[in-house]
Amino acid sequence: MWAFIKKEFFHIFRDIRSMVILFGMPIAQVLLFGFAITTDIKDVNIAILDNSKDNITMELSNKLVSSGYFILNDNLKSNDQIEAAFKRGDIKEVVIFENDFAKKLKKEGKANVQLILDASEPNTANMISAYTSGIINTYSLELMKKSFKMPVSIITDTKMLYNPELKSVYMFVPGVITIILMLVSAMMTSISITREKEVGTMEAILVSPLRPIQIILGKVAPYVILSFINLIVILLLAKFVFAMPMYGSLILLLLESILFIVMALALGILISAISKSQQQAMMLSMFGLLLPTILLSGFIFPIENMPLPLQWVSHIMPSKWFIIILKNIMLKGVGMAYFWKETLILFLMTTFFIVMSVKKFKLRLE
Amino acid sequence: MRIILYILQKEFIQVFRDKTMLPIIFVIPIFQLLILSYTATFEIKNVNLAVVDHDKSVMSSKIISKFSGSAFFNFKGNATTYDEAVLSLKRSEIDQILVIEQNFEKNLRSGQSPHIQIATNAINGSAASLMSAYASSIIADFNREIIVDENPTANVGLPINAQPTFWYNPELNYITYMVPGILVLLVTVIGMFLSGMNLVKEKEMGTIEQINVTPIKKYQFITGKLVPFWIIANVDLAIGLLIAYFVFSIPVVGSLPLLFGVSSVYLVAVLSLGLLVSTMTNTMQQSMFISWFLLVIFIMMSGLFTPVESMPQWAQNINYINPVAYFIKINRMIMLKGSGFADFHKEFYMLLVYAVSVLSFAIMRYRKRV
Amino acid sequence: MEENNIIVVEGLYKKFGSFVANDNLNFTVRKGEIFGFLGANGAGKTTAIKILSGLSKPTSGKVIVAGCNVKHEANKLKKNIGYMSQRFSLYDDMTVKENFRFYGGIYGLSAKEIKLKTDHLLRKLDMVENKDVLLKKLPLGWKQKLAFSVAVMHDPAVVFLDEPTGGVDPITRRQFWEMIYEKSLEGTTIFVTTHYMDEAEYCERVSIMAEGKIEALDTPANLKKQFKVETMDDVFVKIARKES
Repeated sequence: MWAFIKKEFFHIFRDIRSMVILFGMPIAQVLLFGFAITTDIKDVNIAILDNSKDNITMELSNKLVSSGYFILNDNLKSNDQIEAAFKRGDIKEVVIFENDFAKKLKKEGKANVQLILDASEPNTANMISAYTSGIINTYSLELMKKSFKMPVSIITDTKMLYNPELKSVYMFVPGVITIILMLVSAMMTSISITREKEVGTMEAILVSPLRPIQIILGKVAPYVILSFINLIVILLLAKFVFAMPMYGSLILLLLESILFIVMALALGILISAISKSQQQAMMLSMFGLLLPTILLSGFIFPIENMPLPLQWVSHIMPSKWFIIILKNIMLKGVGMAYFWKETLILFLMTTFFIVMSVKKFKLRLE
Repeated sequence: MRIILYILQKEFIQVFRDKTMLPIIFVIPIFQLLILSYTATFEIKNVNLAVVDHDKSVMSSKIISKFSGSAFFNFKGNATTYDEAVLSLKRSEIDQILVIEQNFEKNLRSGQSPHIQIATNAINGSAASLMSAYASSIIADFNREIIVDENPTANVGLPINAQPTFWYNPELNYITYMVPGILVLLVTVIGMFLSGMNLVKEKEMGTIEQINVTPIKKYQFITGKLVPFWIIANVDLAIGLLIAYFVFSIPVVGSLPLLFGVSSVYLVAVLSLGLLVSTMTNTMQQSMFISWFLLVIFIMMSGLFTPVESMPQWAQNINYINPVAYFIKINRMIMLKGSGFADFHKEFYMLLVYAVSVLSFAIMRYRKRV
Repeated sequence: MEENNIIVVEGLYKKFGSFVANDNLNFTVRKGEIFGFLGANGAGKTTAIKILSGLSKPTSGKVIVAGCNVKHEANKLKKNIGYMSQRFSLYDDMTVKENFRFYGGIYGLSAKEIKLKTDHLLRKLDMVENKDVLLKKLPLGWKQKLAFSVAVMHDPAVVFLDEPTGGVDPITRRQFWEMIYEKSLEGTTIFVTTHYMDEAEYCERVSIMAEGKIEALDTPANLKKQFKVETMDDVFVKIARKES
């Protein structure tokens, strides 16, 4: 038995390219997601079309540019230039001050700013518009205070729970852990077992005195350890590079991860039992496991906003439940009482996949 | 030329004879487009809100009705204490808590500034900032109404009126934005994996040996490997555009020939990249993993899901060698804004240089000698 | 005499780092000859055959095959040779006819020539009714015979066969050698490596390699005389024993 596991290890670790990918990928992903990818907006290129050029429009322009959200890319001269600037993709917003802005404000007590947004990116456009309006409204309120007596102003205290700095990495770390565990445990296992079948070495092992269960354990043992190392590496990166907290119990987190890894391995064995070639196993894992894990688990996109049928589909994604558990432990710091339901679902799924894969595997052997 | 035709004939026979290939080439992309377009949304709606009202006054219920009247919030009832509300937030029953302090109305009447607290589950940072901004704006609105109530002479609105207009996608439909990007993703995945696995397959099967002793030239062989997938990927793009038009009602605003012109150059770059990977690997498994790894980085950095401008400069610099980023940008410009060639000539030339250099590199790397 | 030699090898060395795979090989092969290339595994046979067929470059030495210097004229050389590898390397997922068409096409035969050749070769193989069958459905022996036919389809001056009969039953092996003889009578030179010593007897001349060197080169009859033994098997064993 030992010799068999050792052989499996040797197989995997000898291949440097695979090793680089297996360990390089999670690290690269966590670093990239953590440092580079943010859903927030800053340094948005805008253009200003100032038809008035008085002290108030100047002051407002300055407020916009000095806010940190915007970079003044261009001062436009006429309406005709707007379309071209958008089409070149240089800017995302044009701020237009109407003629005689300050004069109108003084005489009529009212003046108009028009914001034109490139809404081909609706989310960004929405945020840019909200930020711009916010700056203008604040300025406007100040003007108002000067001319009217202000009876009250309600003070809004906002509090961001669990992630006060709104770091994107808090979102991504649980997702990346899930994907990597899925990739290494399920995909690698399925391909490696299928390959033995394809090459024919499986028969040699099957006629050996090892029992089927020992064979399977021997095959998956290296991947369990690989997955675990990856998990630890990602957790260390999250803690020391991104200063991500770990409020809950680490031991509980590791136990839940083992449950998930076992589930993924059972899935991998199941896939290898049904597929005839490596290529098939790859395609099954790719389109049956990885893409749904990325799309329907709430890793990047919130599930609540998807159409109902897709929300139903997401319920059968083990990764969805695992991500909820991870977030609960790491960020909310709560205990089992808060996610026993999710754990139970994962546990039932694991049992189901183990039973299925043992059945299918036996069928193959007979 | 005749020789290339014979190679093409052979490649097409092999592609279309493989029963697993056809679904991979045509069915999966369609599924991807349909499902991805619906899942890939950052739009925030239905925020579950709980209220802790310590004041229980006319004013506080006015504020609460403002929230429950908004389409953005799902009013999930009152909690007696903040801690109780936090518990249900921990249980993921709610996303946001609104706390109205005691004596809210009294303070308001007496001219002291009263406090309202908004606590948001911020694990998803960007969603949280939007939720928080929405809640704040409702309170600000309420505040302004009070000012107007107190000063009948004042204008109903603020003195400066900011009026946003949304061009190219007036309803701010997120699917409209995602579809052009997902189309790029789709042809990229298909192109890169198919071309990447094909050459390695010849290595694994040993057929490459027989090819290597023939007088076939490197460029002929690589061309033969490239063209079928180039055609297939362009067909996939066409199918995708049809789905975009008929299912999502997203027409191509710009020039269709221009779009296919750019995609043709882009596909040469992507397919060559796949071929390059397969010249450097010996098994399909290796080729698959390296392609997957490159793709994940390219796609995450490309601006498909997140704005490129918000990334730090070094990360934006990485995008100089990211073909996916160029094509997503160009495709969105053509499909949504109707931009012309002059609008993106820089990106196009970069793609051209990229395609030519990766292709030559792939041809160089493919060695007929052992 | 000189112009009759289709393969000329003088002072061929091939080194991989410090390992010498081919150590000063010198031999010639006459036009139309069946030349056997024998040796234990790892003796340097495959390295030599790869150099002769232009797949690999010699470290030093002169190698002329079919009038082409393999060092500089690899592409011209490839038009004039055929090659059949020890691993089956035709396309399993294509039919017999499609394989012929593809290889005929890349050797520059016209569509008419391809059709004539295919018909002719299939008739000889007695496989006309199988022309639309996928290769993976055919037994190994048939596939090997097909591989040989594909290798000679463009009428090369020299055909290199790298252990062509590995894993094939005795009857098919016989038929295979009949095909080789027939081709040789048409004037094609056959350069063949093999493990089967009975096959060595079919060759006109045989060279035996050990540790990168050619240890013996003559007709099977002369070799047996020289080593004072009855069979080629014994010749082989004697050379192998001398080495160790």
